[in-house]
Order: sequence, then C-alpha cells, then structure tokens
Amino acid sequence: MDNSYDNSVYLLENQCKGCTNCIKHCPTQAIRVRNNKAVITKNKCIDCGECIRICPHHAKKAKRDFIDAIKQYKYTVALPAPSLYAQVNHLDDVNIILTGIKKLGFDDVFEVSAAAEIISEKSREYIAENRDKWPVISTACPTVVRLVQVRFPNLVDNLLPLITPAELAAKLARQIAMDETGLKSEEIGIFFLSPCPSKVTAAKNPIGYEKSDIDHVLAIKDIYPALISAMTEVAANPEDLVRSGKIGISWGITGGEAAGLLSDSYVAADGIGNVISVLEDLEDDKFNKDLEFIELNACNGGCVGGVMTVENPFAAKAKLQHIRKYLPVTAPHDEVDDDKTTWTSDVEYEPVFELADNLKESMAKMAQIDALCEEFPGLDCGCCGAPTCKALAEDIVRGVAKKRDCIHILREYINKLSDDISIISGD
Amino acid sequence: MPNLMELKYQVSNEDFTRAGEASSDVKKKLKQLGVSPDVIRRVAIALYEGEINMVIHAYGGEITVTISEEQITMTLADRGPGIPDIDKAMQAGFSTAPDNVRNLGFGAGMGLPNMKKNSDTIDISTEIGVGTTVVMTINL
Ligand SMILES: Nc1ncnc2c1ncn2[C@@H]1O[C@H](COP(=O)(O)OP(=O)(O)OP(=O)(O)O)[C@@H](O)[C@H]1O
Ligand code: SF4
Ligand code: SF4
Ligand SMILES: [Mg+2]
Repeated sequence: MDNSYDNSVYLLENQCKGCTNCIKHCPTQAIRVRNNKAVITKNKCIDCGECIRICPHHAKKAKRDFIDAIKQYKYTVALPAPSLYAQVNHLDDVNIILTGIKKLGFDDVFEVSAAAEIISEKSREYIAENRDKWPVISTACPTVVRLVQVRFPNLVDNLLPLITPAELAAKLARQIAMDETGLKSEEIGIFFLSPCPSKVTAAKNPIGYEKSDIDHVLAIKDIYPALISAMTEVAANPEDLVRSGKIGISWGITGGEAAGLLSDSYVAADGIGNVISVLEDLEDDKFNKDLEFIELNACNGGCVGGVMTVENPFAAKAKLQHIRKYLPVTAPHDEVDDDKTTWTSDVEYEPVFELADNLKESMAKMAQIDALCEEFPGLDCGCCGAPTCKALAEDIVRGVAKKRDCIHILREYINKLSDDISIISGD
Repeated sequence: MPNLMELKYQVSNEDFTRAGEASSDVKKKLKQLGVSPDVIRRVAIALYEGEINMVIHAYGGEITVTISEEQITMTLADRGPGIPDIDKAMQAGFSTAPDNVRNLGFGAGMGLPNMKKNSDTIDISTEIGVGTTVVMTINL
C-alpha cells in the first residue's frame, strides 16, 4: 500500500486568522500555525473534525463531493447514513425521508442501516469465534481505526476486521443496480450521504481493504435544505423503501452498534478524548478479561454528532429514538458471504510519532527535546504556533521550527540585543 | 553498556486519580523512541501494576526508568511498610488490600504475578517498616 495518507479536513487559507484555537484542540497535535496560517500534517490527522468544530472563523473545511456529480452516471443510488434520519423533526415514517432522497435525483436508495444489520450479525459471529481477540474494537468509525493504526500498535489485532455498514451497503446496492438495469459497474454511481469527513477519507483511502465501492461522498448538511422540501412534497404518498429495523438505525447513536450484539459485555465510549482514554486503558490491560466488545465513536453522541450533520447530537438522539419506535427490531436480509464483509488487507502500525528510525538517534533527539523544554517558560501559550512548549521543542529537533519562534525567547534575545547596542553606543 | 536515558517520577499516595501517570508517560516516550510494540505493552502493564502497589500498599515513592540499547530497567522504590513474606506476596490471588481498595476493583492479588510475567527479571528487596524496592528489567 502507498504510504501517502490523504485526509479530508483542509484549510481555507484566506479565512484563517492564525488565532491558534485549533492547534490546542487537535487530539494528535497535527496542526501548527506557520506564517499566520494553520497547517495540518496529513499523516497525523485522523479526520476527527475537532478543528472544524472549534475554528471561530470557519476556516477548516471537509473535502467532499456535491450532488451534481450524479450527472456523470446513467444510474445512481443514494446510501443514507442512519444519522441522517435523526436530522428530521416528527418523522414517523422512514419511507418519507427515503422517497425524499430519491426525489433529489437518485434512481434508488439503499439504507446503510440495512447493511448495518448484516454487519451486526457478522460481528456476533466473529466475536463468538475469536475469544483471543477480546475485547474486539469496533471499526465503524474510520477516525478510531486510523487512531489505532498510528498510536496503538498493540491494539491493531483487536480491531474488528469487517468492512463498515456504508461499504457493505455500497457493494450490495451496486450489485442490485447492475442486476436490475443491466448497466456496467462504471455506469452506476454510488453516493454515500455522510455525517463526517472521516467517512470521506475512508472512501478514498480505505483501511483494511483495497478499494471502496463508494464513488462519491456527500455531506448530510449540504443536501439537507433540498431534502426537507422534497420530503414535504412526497409526505402524503411515499414509496415503500424501508429495508431495516431498530438494530440498524440505532448504529447512528453511541451504544447502538454494541446493542446489536445482543450481549451486555461491552463498553461504549464517544467523544475523541474519551476514545483515547479507553484505548490507553485497554493497552495497559485495565479491562476485565471477559469483556467482549468496545464500541468507539469519535464524535459526541456517536455519528449523530458528526461535523457534517445539522442537528445538535442530543436533539438528534431524541429524534432517532422517536423514529425507531415504529420499526421492527430487525428486517429480514439475504444471506451475505463472509468474504464480502471481511477485511482483505492487513492493517499495519504506522509509527508517525516516532522521532527517528533507530533507538540511539531517537534517544539523542529526546534528550535534546528535554533540554530545550528547560529553556522554554512552560506556558504552553501557543504563540509560537505549536500547541505546547514541548511540541515546539519537538518541531525544532525535527528541523521544522526554531528556538526564536518562542516569543519569550525572542523577547529575551531582543532585550539582549538592545543592551548590546547601548553598550556599543556608550549610553 | 551506558544508560542512554533516565526518567524519574515521584509517585504520591495523596491523589489516587493520578496513579498511572508515570506508566502512561513512559509508554508515550517509548512510542516516540520507536521501541517495539510488544516491549511497550509489557513495560506499560508491569509499571502500572507496580505504580498502583506503591500507591495502595505503600505511601508513594520514586520510579526510575533507565533505557539502554539492550534493556529497560524499572526501579520502584517506596517508603512503605515492607512485605513480610515475598514468596507469599508473589502468589497469584494473595492480597492484603483493604475493602475500600477492593471496591475500586483492585486487590485481586494479581499485580506482582503480572509484573513477573511481563518482565525478564524481577528483584524485590524489602525491609519491614522501611520500604520496598522492586527492580524489573525487560530486554530490548
Ligand atoms: N510496594 C508494596 N509495599 C508493601 N506491600 C506490598 C507492596 N506491593 C505488594 N505488596 C503486598 O503484596 C500483596 C500482593 O500484591 P499484588 O500486587 O500481587 O496484589 P494486590 O495489589 O493486593 O492486588 P491487585 O494487584 O491484583 O490489585 C499485596 O496485597 C500487599 O500485601
Ligand atoms: S482556529 Fe485554526 S484554522 Fe481557525 S482561524 Fe484559528 S488558526 Fe486558523
Ligand atoms: S463517530 Fe461517526 S460521524 Fe463521528 S467521525 Fe466517527 S464515523 Fe464519523
Ligand atoms: Mg497490586
């Protein structure tokens, strides 16, 4: 696999004021402000969306596609994430939202929640058959998978080696479309309606398999206004399109995936800070040996908290619970072979935080970092563009920053210069 | 072989929520140094158990971790009550942890056996009323 990792969060340069708010909130310290602009180090970014949430100037954006891309295809299918259902008030019938989506210009819709029910079943089997991998860590949130890959080498083996519900939905939808229309695969466009940039990245750079079946990823918030009006038009007479039940739709909120396992031996954590502490504890063996499963969602509340959604996650959760009421526990699904749902490539640890590639050199660098930290005031003020004094020290040792980027060091230097000048000029 | 790096941590028994800070910092540093994942896992587990023991059974103390190109040495020195019978303490399931500590999920008597299991050598010297020093090494 190619090493260049391409994330989806990017900077709108002309909007960035260099205020340093984002550098402090990045959980992997992937952002620096240089020349008054925020710069993201791609291979450290896990697309959690925290900087998009925090930026007061809306300078951080998520790369994504837009709906006019449907024109490139003869036939298109939309895959709504379950979190989309949670954006709508008083929705009693999922068919209204699904018919509304079709009305936006798609030829068909295939619910991600339907595929989620199949993944729930496959997960139950995998967990039952792989006791040595307990606790199995969910892989539905691509941010979590990437985080484990770059920061938790010892947990890579615990990752659930199954494709995401969105990915399975894409596969199944493509097959159905090909069977029904007789068109070739490339004439069919599969569009995922996503809550987050992380899933945009997963469609471009999948981890655990070679190529995604998703052709385009649209943001829920971009299609939202048009969807709401389309829904009012179709509300009186929606088509019958629902293919999922409570289990599938619950994947949109934290604990939903775990509930689908029908076992209570699980931990479900949401919010990137909580996710990191659970992974840290897991790495130190702090959980019981009989814990079966750990569900982790980078966003508060689960995918309903994604940065490309509209509603706040708490209101969204209530809405999802309302919709769920009217549905059966699960819908019937055709049998899907394991090889369709299982990862096809190994996930390898990528040590992006390593200082050097051998111990001796790394230790020398770490000693330099410690020495530099002694010189800095330890205020972590961020004025240098790095989130902490320590991070600046690391940047200096890596050769990408200099000591006088610290404004306190710079001030001392200037004071000294002016003293020297006064000595020379004799006053 | 000279030690290339030494890390020192004061462990206090005053704030239970801070127990584990030393092992978590060591873990972070070892990742930056590019030490193998398996060694990191064993160091993290052994050190965390030792750190918790210093907090629960002693009154805190000092942890010193030295790293050379061949091995990692962890020295945990406390000023606690000492261990009357080391062989007994090393047995899986033996614990003198009081109820309030057991309620927090500790006291299974698995700490020392886990430390032994995850290190290449372990040496405990102890004196009643003076303190205990545990030295563990893990080969790189
Ligand atoms: N640093 C220490 N000072 C004094 N006594 C100790 C120390 N470390 C361990 N002990 C004694 O050895 C016993 C066994 O320790 P061990 O770590 O194996 O189990 P535990 O701490 O009681 O329970 P667990 O580690 O499973 O939570 C302890 O109960 C305690 O009596
Ligand atoms: S938060 Fe970051 S991206 Fe936004 S203006 Fe400040 S420095 Fe720029
Ligand atoms: S929790 Fe869901 S919405 Fe948030 S990053 Fe993960 S997959 Fe995306
Ligand atoms: Mg113990």
